[in-house]
Amino acid sequence: MASTPKIIVIGGGLAGLSAVIKIAEMGGQVDLFSIVPVKRSHSVCAQGGINAAKNLKGEGDSTWKHFDDTIYGGDFLANQPPVKAMCEAAPGIIDLLDRMGVPFNRTPEGLLDFRRFGGTLYNRTAFAGATTGQQLLYALDEQVRRYESEGKVKKYEHWEFLSAVLDSNKICRGICAMDLRSMEVRTFPADAIIIATGGIGAIFGKSTNSVVCTGSAQSSLYQQGCFYANGEFIQVHPTSIPGEDKLRLMSESARGEGGRVWVPKTPGDKRDPLSIPQSERWYFLEEWYPKYGNLVPRDVATRAIFKVVYERNLGIDGKPMVYLDLTHIDPKILDRKLEGILEIYEKFVGDDPRKVPMKIFPGMHYTMGGLWVDFNQATNIPGIYAAGECEYQYHGANRLGANSLVSCIFGGFVAGPAAVQYARDQKAAASNGHFDAERKHEEENNAMLMKSDGKENPFRLWRELGELMTANCTVIRYNNKLKETDGKLCEMLERFRHINLSDRSQWANTSVVFARQLYNMLQLARVVAQGAGMRDESRGAHYKPDFPDRDDKNWLKTTKAYFAPDADEPRFEFEAVDISLIPPRARKYDAVK
Amino acid sequence: MTNKSVIIKIKRQDNPTAKSHWEEFELTYKPGMNVISSLMEIAANPVTREGKATTPITYDSNCLEEVCGSCAMLINGRARMACSALIDKLEQPIRLEPFKKFPVVRDLAVDRAVLFENLKAAKAWVPIDGTYDLGPGPRVSPEQQEQAYPLSRCISCCCCMEACPQFNEDTDFVGAATISQVRLFNTHPTGAELKRERLAALMGDGGIQECGYAQNCVEVCPKDIPLTRSISEVGGEVMKQAIGDLFHK
Repeated sequence: MASTPKIIVIGGGLAGLSAVIKIAEMGGQVDLFSIVPVKRSHSVCAQGGINAAKNLKGEGDSTWKHFDDTIYGGDFLANQPPVKAMCEAAPGIIDLLDRMGVPFNRTPEGLLDFRRFGGTLYNRTAFAGATTGQQLLYALDEQVRRYESEGKVKKYEHWEFLSAVLDSNKICRGICAMDLRSMEVRTFPADAIIIATGGIGAIFGKSTNSVVCTGSAQSSLYQQGCFYANGEFIQVHPTSIPGEDKLRLMSESARGEGGRVWVPKTPGDKRDPLSIPQSERWYFLEEWYPKYGNLVPRDVATRAIFKVVYERNLGIDGKPMVYLDLTHIDPKILDRKLEGILEIYEKFVGDDPRKVPMKIFPGMHYTMGGLWVDFNQATNIPGIYAAGECEYQYHGANRLGANSLVSCIFGGFVAGPAAVQYARDQKAAASNGHFDAERKHEEENNAMLMKSDGKENPFRLWRELGELMTANCTVIRYNNKLKETDGKLCEMLERFRHINLSDRSQWANTSVVFARQLYNMLQLARVVAQGAGMRDESRGAHYKPDFPDRDDKNWLKTTKAYFAPDADEPRFEFEAVDISLIPPRARKYDAVK
Repeated sequence: MTNKSVIIKIKRQDNPTAKSHWEEFELTYKPGMNVISSLMEIAANPVTREGKATTPITYDSNCLEEVCGSCAMLINGRARMACSALIDKLEQPIRLEPFKKFPVVRDLAVDRAVLFENLKAAKAWVPIDGTYDLGPGPRVSPEQQEQAYPLSRCISCCCCMEACPQFNEDTDFVGAATISQVRLFNTHPTGAELKRERLAALMGDGGIQECGYAQNCVEVCPKDIPLTRSISEVGGEVMKQAIGDLFHK
């Protein structure tokens, strides 16, 4: 191959940018593709912080404890060696970010400050106010801009990945992408590609995810032959702010800094929350989980809120909402440590959370599953790597708070060098006939959408998809409902053939773009629904009242979905989980572990 | 409060060279609506107030939490983020227009690449040696952190540039956002390494001297960044350096 490896990175969030930086540093050349300017990627939404066992609070924390908390928090579904490697790398990653200028909060001595997050008893979370993801992304964005100015990185912003270009040996030779302004479809050759396209929130309609988090790229690759692993594991964050356009995250750091979750003890209590005396409030998390209190892992907190609201009918004013209360904390401390999220609540709800308890409810938040990768972040198709939320590797059945940022950066740091190494070992591609074929195929897809004149509005179909998936594939799952869901998804795929785009212009046509994403969402939604249907147990975020216990005998295994093109539907196989380092034990946050 | 409606007028333009025109929409009111949820509503039912079928509106958006900087536009004449523009707080009919000082892509989407180019020219980064393990960064006092953090919250929305009377083709003014980033990196212990080059990038035509102190920037900034303070501090540094250069020629 050529002396300079050419790598394409798709997605400019933390994972993508981390990979870019490593590749550029190793002397590779990068083409970086992103739907939005990379500085606007979804990583900016991460709020509370990033975990690393630096043990700067004299608590005796260690990377092994971080590793153990992560495996235990993920209910033993994650392969253990890569998680261990991530936790060991985390302190060095924090140092690097610190050197890049991330304005982390500081102790009086000028050292990094740490706070507590869910699923651990240690102060292990470094943070920059309550906009840590934004600050981390900016630091990496700045380093990438530096490489861009040196000519080592070429950005293709406002471009969307459509598919991989595979040769006749099913080896990836590049990508096919679309300019979202000119609508031009083009292919780009590369020695290897890295997918870093984030979560799949849009499949659930409203979620805490950004607009671009459709899972379209992952779905497209799954339809081209990549395995999609553990698709049924979807994290519903206990505290989000319900909205008309999205569910806005209210960071776990609000509880990390002392926020308390409660409801009035009397159903339908209409009093002003501040006038309700302590004795008439039920701090149910503290009562049920005395050791972890408000900082139980997200799946546990979410189910507790559901129980209080739907089984005990204690939602505020009879509605699906509970209080998250910060009013007992000094407003100066709140401003210093949580300003970003307090501002979000103030701006979008109109109340000041320093003075009034916030009203929150669980919302779809994180995709634990994703493209199957090996310990080098390589998918099963040679030349395709994946990093960040779009792959499945680090969080098992439930992600701990503040582990996402570290997994994104670590994943990118592994994927970048692995892709360069692969490129260096790779023989040159043969013909380019596959490029033309792939481009024509995608152009035909666009043309078909443009001339389709049925009655289905893609945006309305999407709303139906979101409501269906949120109702049946999130917190509580029943087999009959999951089966029904898959049936409806098939109907929707059929209805998709009768789509009608009200916009047929050839310039910045968002309808065509969205319709393409919608098709991929529908295909991937079936992986989520069917995977959930098959797994007859409860583990981490996956909870079936009819199978309330974890079943290691039958289900301590990774779900791997693959697309059967002739049948146009997912098929499944299962893989043993690597539990070589920590033997599985029961996961109980109400008792000492 | 049933059947209350929301009237929105949108300035539309099919492509960068097309003529613009206005379309009016009437939506059913829902509590908690904002400009983005209204635009989503129009996409699901693209029909104007007069009942004419039209196309969904093209606009930039992503996080919808006012942290990605995508959805900036003119709302009732003011440069601001559409996601945090709550319908309850806007006078109707609500007028949506694309930024006027940036090339229109289509409808409400504009091309703001100029800011990212400016950040490149101003070397807005900390020049680290490499990403290998080199131990922790320099110690930073809480006071220093509290100064840097607000500056680092700039979301590159370009509202400050849109609102600035000096930001136009005649002056080629770089704008407040970039100047504030120069201040951020110049005050970082390692970032200061490139201080001279950053200040040099702000000298001459289109540089910091173009600022007319209208203070519109700080007025419209959705993140309350102390932009005028940044301009005066960096302005002083640029002046000092320029004078110093003069004597050392």
